[in-house]
Amino acid sequence: MTKGLEILDFKKQMEAQDLEFPTLEVLDNDGKLVDQELFDEAGISDDDLVNIMKLMIRQYVLNERSTKLAKQGRLGFVAPTRGQEASQSATSYAFTDDDFLMPGYRDIPQMINKGFPIYKAFLWSRGHQIGNQMGDVKTWFPQIIIGAQFVQAAGIALGMKMRGKKSVAYTYTGDGGSSQGDTYEGMNTAGAYKANAVFFIQNNGFAISTPRNLQSSAPHLASKGWGAGIPSIVVDGMDALACYIAAKKAREWAVSGNGPVLIETLCDRLEPHSMSGDDPLRYRTKEDIEAWYKKDPLIRMRIFLEGKGLWSTDIEEKYMAEVNSEIDDAVKQADNVPKQKVSDFIKNTFEQPGFIMEEQIKKFEGEGK
Amino acid sequence: MAVKTYIAAITEALDLALERDENVLVFGEDVGENGGVFRATEGLNAKYGKDRVFNTPLAESAIGGMAIGLTTEDFRPVMEIQFFGFIFEVMDSIAAQMARNRFRFSATKQFPIVVRSPYGGGTHTPEMHADNLEGLMAQTPGLRVVMPSNPADAKGLLLAAIESNDPVIYLENLKLYRSVKAEVPEGYYTTPLDKAAVAREGSDITIVSYGGMVGNCLKAAENLEKEGISVEVIDLRTVSPIDVETIGKSVEKTGRVVVAQEAQRQAGIASSIMAEISERFILSLKAPIGRVSAPDSVYPFSMAENDWLPQVDDVVAKVKEIVEYD
Ligand SMILES: Cc1ncc(C[n+]2csc(CCOP(=O)(O)OP(=O)(O)O)c2C)c(N)n1
Repeated sequence: MTKGLEILDFKKQMEAQDLEFPTLEVLDNDGKLVDQELFDEAGISDDDLVNIMKLMIRQYVLNERSTKLAKQGRLGFVAPTRGQEASQSATSYAFTDDDFLMPGYRDIPQMINKGFPIYKAFLWSRGHQIGNQMGDVKTWFPQIIIGAQFVQAAGIALGMKMRGKKSVAYTYTGDGGSSQGDTYEGMNTAGAYKANAVFFIQNNGFAISTPRNLQSSAPHLASKGWGAGIPSIVVDGMDALACYIAAKKAREWAVSGNGPVLIETLCDRLEPHSMSGDDPLRYRTKEDIEAWYKKDPLIRMRIFLEGKGLWSTDIEEKYMAEVNSEIDDAVKQADNVPKQKVSDFIKNTFEQPGFIMEEQIKKFEGEGK
Repeated sequence: MAVKTYIAAITEALDLALERDENVLVFGEDVGENGGVFRATEGLNAKYGKDRVFNTPLAESAIGGMAIGLTTEDFRPVMEIQFFGFIFEVMDSIAAQMARNRFRFSATKQFPIVVRSPYGGGTHTPEMHADNLEGLMAQTPGLRVVMPSNPADAKGLLLAAIESNDPVIYLENLKLYRSVKAEVPEGYYTTPLDKAAVAREGSDITIVSYGGMVGNCLKAAENLEKEGISVEVIDLRTVSPIDVETIGKSVEKTGRVVVAQEAQRQAGIASSIMAEISERFILSLKAPIGRVSAPDSVYPFSMAENDWLPQVDDVVAKVKEIVEYD
């Protein structure tokens, strides 16, 4: 006998869905621990805490400089990351050099945290092919086709599992990206093979101008992972400690052969969608943006670290100056890279070009292009 | 007649179509309140309400599939794919469904869908944003592919596309959006589909072109006139099916042809045009058919675009080569 009436209570099911995904929080908006038990259990060293802060500051400075350079026309495509320092940098600190990153177009900070040189990130922004040469860093270029990184991450994760590796593939998309068929297919396929993957949906409220509630009537985007049969959680995406701990636990789960995990990080894109003419005030209010600044991940973490005697304005200023000069060097390095050649584009398309392409290569080489 | 930009002509056409027929629906990513990432749908959501001009979730496959489904309720969907490089996400709906459905239903059902999308290079977009993928569409029987080269055509062709009961891929050139201004007739009018235009008359040689490349060809023709070469420019307007009659008349008159496209040599429409000309008008030709195109690499990321894309000078050089051939 089934409990028919209960099963058919659609309203109750919708209410239950909302309760199934409580938000993981460790630090509150004032930088105080709200989950001492989890913090203690996670056993994060002081060095780790400082390193996470540094990664977030580096992302902050990189964003400041990149958006300025874009305004001056010295960079091409730039997607601001302000507000997502915890969701991007703090999560990425949970992964190792052996883990493989599949970034979306906004996920440049995670690539840089992994060792991708800043000057190459600038070249990528400018549309220079050297910006797509990854070297030994286990990352791909930032994916433009939203969702593609999820299905590909599933493939890397399956490959790692088949090779018996103790590493994971981790990948990020947005609340908009969660609507793509590929995003679901990636989670579902990785889930079916119990492959070593960690998926992030960075719910920053908007996909260009489209608000989160227009993407899906699911109360929590994390619930999409349940459809794929994988553990799925919601995390305060502006709380660096919650982000780091969640990512670390998810990695441990995946690496131990249990299959993938989905983490939805609740955050805000405090700045425009990209530096190519988006004006957020066309689709959201100033008050809304200001309210989100109260959750600023940098301030919360700064207060927390200062309380532990691990951070100070002095340390912060020195570190920011260091990052700034690192970025100055990167700009110079990017500026010194020779112009691209049309003949190289043709050569880079095939290992063995045919007759017509050979003809074109010769023609452009002859013209010095 | 008022002078308008290419994009303003498109917005006006959408406005007129929405006003004229309440079954017309305009939807896609960000087309609602924000008016589209290029503002092509600016003001339409406020004027016609969010039931007729609306944002969709970020899912191209759903946008295309939904358009197909909406025709069953007698709507006339005008869907937007934000950039043409994202068309691959919805290729099943477009190539395997929309294009074949009239045939599959044995001509008992119509699929009055317009797929609008910006395409074309030279504006330094990130990768996958500028590709000239019209060849993929044109190789699919059942899809009409329309590529206006100027504001007046942009308006008239879009209105004709929305009136058409067949699916139309309507491609908007990114570079033309705001760089071109020209007179656009007032009010509702349609420009016939499948009919090429003689964009400029001439007697020594014919250039056949379409979309964003037509402007370059007209400039080349002006330059060549100073050197005493009289160039006729044919603007295809619809690139599939091709108007072979208009091309034929011109070729019979001039005896020489250059086909110019922005797409890679193997990727655009040029090869079809050349094949049609050689099959039908070979005896009128006094020289081989010349071709101007981008090289056969993947579309490069923005930085060296202008070295890669065919320019006015490339058209001029190719025309001279064909004119000088005996
Ligand atoms: C398949 C595909 N469709 C559309 C786009 C155009 N586009 C780029 S970013 C974006 C919004 C993405 O929003 P979200 O996934 O929430 O990520 P966010 O930008 O907020 O980080 C859109 C529609 C794209 N890049 N790829």
